[in-house]
Amino acid sequence: MSLHRYLPQTEQDIAAMLADCHAKALDDLYCDVPTELRLKQPYDLPAEMSEKEVRDFFAKMRANCSTLTCFGGAGFYDHYSPAVINSIISRSEFLTAYTPYQPEISQGTLQYIFEYQSMMTALTGLEVSNASMYDGATATAEAMMMCVAAARKKNRVLISATVNPMVADVVRTYARYHKVTLEVIPEKDGVTSVEAFHEMMGAGDVAGVIVAAPNFYGIVEDYTGWAEYCHERKALLVMNCQASALAAIKTPGEWGADIAVGDAQSLGMPLNYGGPYLGYMCTTKALIRKMPGRIVGATKDEKGNRVFVLTLQAREQHIRREKATSNICSNQGLMALYATIYLSLMGPKGMQDVNALSCDGAHYLAAELAATGKMQLAYADKPFLHEFLMKLAPGVTADAVIAKAMEAGIFAGVKLADDLLLIAVTEMQSKADMDKYVSLVKSL
Amino acid sequence: MNRDFYSKLIFEHSHPGRQGYSLPRNAFAHVELPAGLTRQGALDLPEVDEPTVVRHYTNSSNNNFGVDTGFYPLGSCTMKYNPKINEEIAADPVMARLHPLQPASTCQGALEIYYTLQQALSEIGGMSEFTLNPFAGAHGELTGLMTIHAYHDSREDWGRTKVIVPDSAHGTNPASAAVCGYQIIEVKSLADGTVDVADLKSKLSDEVAAVMMTNPNTVGMFEKSIPEIAEAVHACGALLYYDGANLNPMLGVARPGDMGFDVMHINLHKTFSTPHGGGGPGSGPIGVRKGLEQFLPNPRVVKLADGTFDVVCEESALGRVSMWLGNFTVEMRALAYIMSLGSEGLMKVGPLAALNANYIMHHLRDLYLLPIEGPCKHEFVFDGLIDKSTGVTTLNVAKRLLDFGFHAPTIYFPLLFHESLMIEPTETETKETLDRFIEVMRQIAVEAKENPELVNSAPHNTPIAHPDDTEAALHPVVTYKEL
Repeated sequence: MSLHRYLPQTEQDIAAMLADCHAKALDDLYCDVPTELRLKQPYDLPAEMSEKEVRDFFAKMRANCSTLTCFGGAGFYDHYSPAVINSIISRSEFLTAYTPYQPEISQGTLQYIFEYQSMMTALTGLEVSNASMYDGATATAEAMMMCVAAARKKNRVLISATVNPMVADVVRTYARYHKVTLEVIPEKDGVTSVEAFHEMMGAGDVAGVIVAAPNFYGIVEDYTGWAEYCHERKALLVMNCQASALAAIKTPGEWGADIAVGDAQSLGMPLNYGGPYLGYMCTTKALIRKMPGRIVGATKDEKGNRVFVLTLQAREQHIRREKATSNICSNQGLMALYATIYLSLMGPKGMQDVNALSCDGAHYLAAELAATGKMQLAYADKPFLHEFLMKLAPGVTADAVIAKAMEAGIFAGVKLADDLLLIAVTEMQSKADMDKYVSLVKSL
Repeated sequence: MNRDFYSKLIFEHSHPGRQGYSLPRNAFAHVELPAGLTRQGALDLPEVDEPTVVRHYTNSSNNNFGVDTGFYPLGSCTMKYNPKINEEIAADPVMARLHPLQPASTCQGALEIYYTLQQALSEIGGMSEFTLNPFAGAHGELTGLMTIHAYHDSREDWGRTKVIVPDSAHGTNPASAAVCGYQIIEVKSLADGTVDVADLKSKLSDEVAAVMMTNPNTVGMFEKSIPEIAEAVHACGALLYYDGANLNPMLGVARPGDMGFDVMHINLHKTFSTPHGGGGPGSGPIGVRKGLEQFLPNPRVVKLADGTFDVVCEESALGRVSMWLGNFTVEMRALAYIMSLGSEGLMKVGPLAALNANYIMHHLRDLYLLPIEGPCKHEFVFDGLIDKSTGVTTLNVAKRLLDFGFHAPTIYFPLLFHESLMIEPTETETKETLDRFIEVMRQIAVEAKENPELVNSAPHNTPIAHPDDTEAALHPVVTYKEL
């Protein structure tokens, strides 16, 4: 008998193989491991479980979680994931492959990454894209390091206070250890302060500026003149954008930004309690050799057919080691496939429609909630897409709203302060869901 | 039959007016953003119907090779079988809808999964505590080095600006140290592939923050001087980092914590069987010994006195390296794997992985040059064919293997040898698979002598022929628009 369904060697196999290796016991293969380092007893872990028992354990875990009607956003969006995606990404040819180092037997992966890069450049309006990164926050941190590397002797980077604070925290962590001076451009009335931006740019020692679109409050800020202002002072403009929104709002390319980064979770990826998601990074052709991560390029094979390969690898850690553009060693392949299939299914019209539905629904809900008198838009004069910040009336707390909505299985939104609630709408919440939410608020 | 048609890009199937989506009816009044803030340019995405999308990607998947397709002896990548039950569990429809910021009371099951895996990895690593937040091995390395940095900072030990790495280390080690702001000092390897302890000791000083090691190292050798190294590293006030890329052969044998390591990462997508997905998503949890827990990144999962779980942030933490708790569905898979094997099964993983590697090594060493005498652990390195007169290189051998339905080993790494061919079979392969691989490798060695052109012009049976990499790098074409 073999020892386990994942461990196929039988005792006879083991004996025969050991004999071939001139060893008497499996232990002989570890004769160079000092005895004092050896495990003295088995791991203090539960005994082997049958497949049924494993399934039962996770069913129990599932029973301790609740699916809610989700009006929470703050960087994580509850979008619909078409059935085609799960069907395709479950194909083990995609799922169980490694990084496509052997192009002759990896054209499946390489081709979809090339398509992914093409789609992301279309969304962002920039020229080139890498093969993807871990998530939007680390992609933004990578963009910060790219600004510093491109500027050479400058190591000061500015980040707007309206960038998602969790993203900003990750960027701050990288900055602290990478020895980048990261400074926050303050906000005014929900948008980045232009005066402060100009003032902070003054000395000309800024390598890069990071802003968000839509910003953390869901507001679509006006960045007219920002790119020019940066470029005149030899700084790069980085825009952190929620990928799906780029089908509706002015793109980083149109604003004249140098780097677009962000999370592409909104391209149909399930929330999955925080991951895995997909970080993207696009930039200009001039900066391609400064870009971190894998890049797929088209070329020809010996028969003259169009094929795809990993390219510009001389930037990467396995060749450049400590001089590499980044330590990243992977791409988020399967999630890039997710985004690619999603964008293929949606097409330009679908992306327009999903944004319109989310935007229209969000404006409906914002107006209805305001009409209860229990809350109002925190920044009523600012344009938003599908997420908005509500300022609660005196006597109404975010905790009370969240608790009340929970009675009907509704996640009311993300509490930013006792009197501030950040609410997001996607195509997943119906008008009836919204009316239910409003009636609960009204009853507070 | 459809190869030519479906080797097109999805963009080349586009037909104006086709759609592949459906959305709920828009029951709301239409709102327009101010004109200056909206997208002006057309969105160049394909317009395709659902069946076309399905056929396109199904056909393109047929041009890929995965662990489910065949033997994948890629050294240092631990391409073991990815169990199907784990996929079913990771696709849980309830977990799929969990928003990270929804009340912790509604996510107790997810938090328990995280906590349980955290505890299991601590036991397996011999560490005090783990975080599962890092997204990948390299991200774990970086987070681990940040932990070490935060530790030295907390002691106001500001002068430690250097990190020591062996010349056999994975490229990510020096790259992660550089991202973390450290200068790199390289240590030589001895002829037997292990670290030159004397050279290492001569480089230790109060300027060294950490020493990064892989054990077994990238040539598959156990660094038996590790207790002596740990003692010297600690004596100079530095910490010892364990690159967990090669943890698999240590399962059931020894724990990094017991070897004297202070901080370690684990690649769940290697040792704990989660699929590689063509490059990701992976997961790179890190563990620390007692006394370093407070530096682990935010947010953290804690078990409260009443048995419930919560997510907290600590002031003492090194900061945040991810928005939330890492790649959650990857963590689910790893826990399912640990439960499926159980304590006893996990104890067998390392020895059986080593057995498979040694078995291949012994059956090929008369034809391929073995520069370092074994026993090896999970992997070993050949320095190409013994007979160098044929002109057949490691690259040629690797490409020829593709013709026989095997993935190639890792080639030209480690950098210690000119013709490195690094083979890691893992424990999930049958003796029959290994025998067939050995037979093919021997046949290639014979072909190299008798018909070298056949090997040098390989592969012959793959979906595409050898691509022109030079042209791709000289004139990068990276989007459909540029074609």
